[in-house]
Amino acid sequence: MIKVEGLTKRYARKVAVDNISFEVQKGQIVGFLGPNGAGKTTTMRVLTCFLPPTSGTANVAGFDVQDQPMEVKRRIGYLPETPPLYPEMEVHEYLEFVGRIKGVLANDLTRRVNEVAEKCAIADVRKTLIGKLSKGYKQRVGLAQAIIHNPDVLILDEPTAGLDPHQIIETRELIKGLAGEHTIILSTHILPEVEQVCERVIIIAKGKLVATDTVANLTSRLRGAETVAVEVLAADAASVQRSLEQVAGVSRVIAGAHRDEKLHFTVESLEGRHIRPGLAKAVVDAGWQLNELHAVGLSLEEIFLQLTASPDEHKEAAPVEPVAAPAMGSDAQ
Amino acid sequence: MNTWTIAKKELNSYFRSPIAYGVMAFFALIAGYFFYVAVVYFVRRGIESSMMGQSFPMDVNEFVIRPVFSNISVIGLFLIPMITMRLFAEEKRTGTIELLLTSPVSDMSIILGKWLGGMMLYGAMLLLSAFSMALLFAYGQPDWHPIVIGYLGLLLQGGALLALGTFVSNCTKNQIVAGVAGFAVALLLWVIDWVSSFETSITAKVLSYLSVLQHFDSFSKGVLDTKDIVYYVSVIFVGLFLTARSMESLRWRA
Ligand SMILES: Nc1ncnc2c1ncn2[C@@H]1O[C@H](COP(=O)(O)OP(=O)(O)OP(=O)(O)O)[C@@H](O)[C@H]1O
Ligand SMILES: [Mg+2]
Repeated sequence: MIKVEGLTKRYARKVAVDNISFEVQKGQIVGFLGPNGAGKTTTMRVLTCFLPPTSGTANVAGFDVQDQPMEVKRRIGYLPETPPLYPEMEVHEYLEFVGRIKGVLANDLTRRVNEVAEKCAIADVRKTLIGKLSKGYKQRVGLAQAIIHNPDVLILDEPTAGLDPHQIIETRELIKGLAGEHTIILSTHILPEVEQVCERVIIIAKGKLVATDTVANLTSRLRGAETVAVEVLAADAASVQRSLEQVAGVSRVIAGAHRDEKLHFTVESLEGRHIRPGLAKAVVDAGWQLNELHAVGLSLEEIFLQLTASPDEHKEAAPVEPVAAPAMGSDAQ
Repeated sequence: MNTWTIAKKELNSYFRSPIAYGVMAFFALIAGYFFYVAVVYFVRRGIESSMMGQSFPMDVNEFVIRPVFSNISVIGLFLIPMITMRLFAEEKRTGTIELLLTSPVSDMSIILGKWLGGMMLYGAMLLLSAFSMALLFAYGQPDWHPIVIGYLGLLLQGGALLALGTFVSNCTKNQIVAGVAGFAVALLLWVIDWVSSFETSITAKVLSYLSVLQHFDSFSKGVLDTKDIVYYVSVIFVGLFLTARSMESLRWRA
């Protein structure tokens, strides 16, 4: 559905996107991941025909963004980083306007507006001025305008940015619900989001592609180190820490905020070690009360940090095989 | 079709912001004042000349309508930059330009739509002055041909300035900058022919030809002069063409 080959975009003096290639199949949800300034927005702007590529090609639904931009635009719904809203318009007026310029037939317009308003849960604010809506509602109106013409491809630039946790979940559900009919690319900084919503990830940093793979593959690549948060009810913090450190496979124990008798620790494992059973046993055997024990540091997050934190080290790595395979067969205890 | 959709949207947003009301109120006030002065002057002269036993030619067209049209054309120089300043600058600032440019709409439809939106507000503004013109028909028998021609001239001149203002608005993200620069352009095109009052060289003639107001003279007299129509229509084309070019180059530089 989307095919990008050797895409480069150079601004006046800065290469924002450097020789990126990837493909997205029909019906997939792909997460576009990268730190600030990685070039996510720039890539999306090329795909939506807002900016022309400096070199390379991008193909959407079989049409080249440079040769047949009108055909591409007809098939893309786009939610930019800041939703493109006119504050002086009412929600339904705005959706009608967008529908018209996106080529929705006059006969279908009212029906489509009602449909997307229903889908994006904004039916109750149809008659409200957009300028008076809360951030979350604005984002939903932004999403509604992106799907008004029922496009094949949806490009969403940080669709959950700036929303409260409740609305983030709603928006994610909404996006997941759209997945069946549309091919979706969404960019984000939030890693759990990619894990929850997307089937594939494309990770870029400083304009370069660092990894593209399925979420499952990327996660399994890192069955490396594990980080565990522990809460213990005990009097003596130092001795708890000491006994945690002695558990097999633990590389280090960081003491967190202790409140009265509730002691918090963050425990990191050595690569490829499964330490949670050992930790639990150590605490219980010593007669302390184990309040909580759970894995933190989402796997994808660590991959992400590894891939993007120090791009110099990874610069030479081939795009698809970036990580020097961390500890194979790591699930062994 | 898309042009019309965008034009309607522009007109709509004008009337939901203070701009339309500000521009129209200001225009009504100033144009009304000019009209009042012209009428009073006309009546005085009529009385004076009849007291002196002369027969003063009671030509409403010459003494009321013509100066009123000339004055309105000058007001346009000041008001049109206020109409055009937000056209593109605002969309660029808020990012809504991204919506327009990623929709299956040609650049030209967007530009024409915006220009047309401005034209409609300008037309609505001119309509206000039509009330005072109508008053003349209630109390006298002015010739209506020059009035129609005068309005045609105002529309053409307004269209030309709106096209230039649209271009200026496309060059910046800042409405105020667009307004001030638009006004500077309009002012320049007004005063440019002042050289011709003391110079008769070719340069002076060319500069004088470029002046917007100079071409309005014939219209205010109620005369249709092809040369002046051609001038205004070409300025409209140049303005819209420049806007299209600037949109393209912005995309490449972005
Ligand atoms: N209009 C522009 N002119 C010049 N440089 C730009 C322009 N837009 C972006 N850049 C630069 O290009 C690089 C990539 O920017 P881009 O906006 O694509 O990053 P991003 O991945 O979307 O970041 P974020 O997560 O912060 O949204 C940045 O270094 C940015 O400074
Ligand atoms: Mg971005």
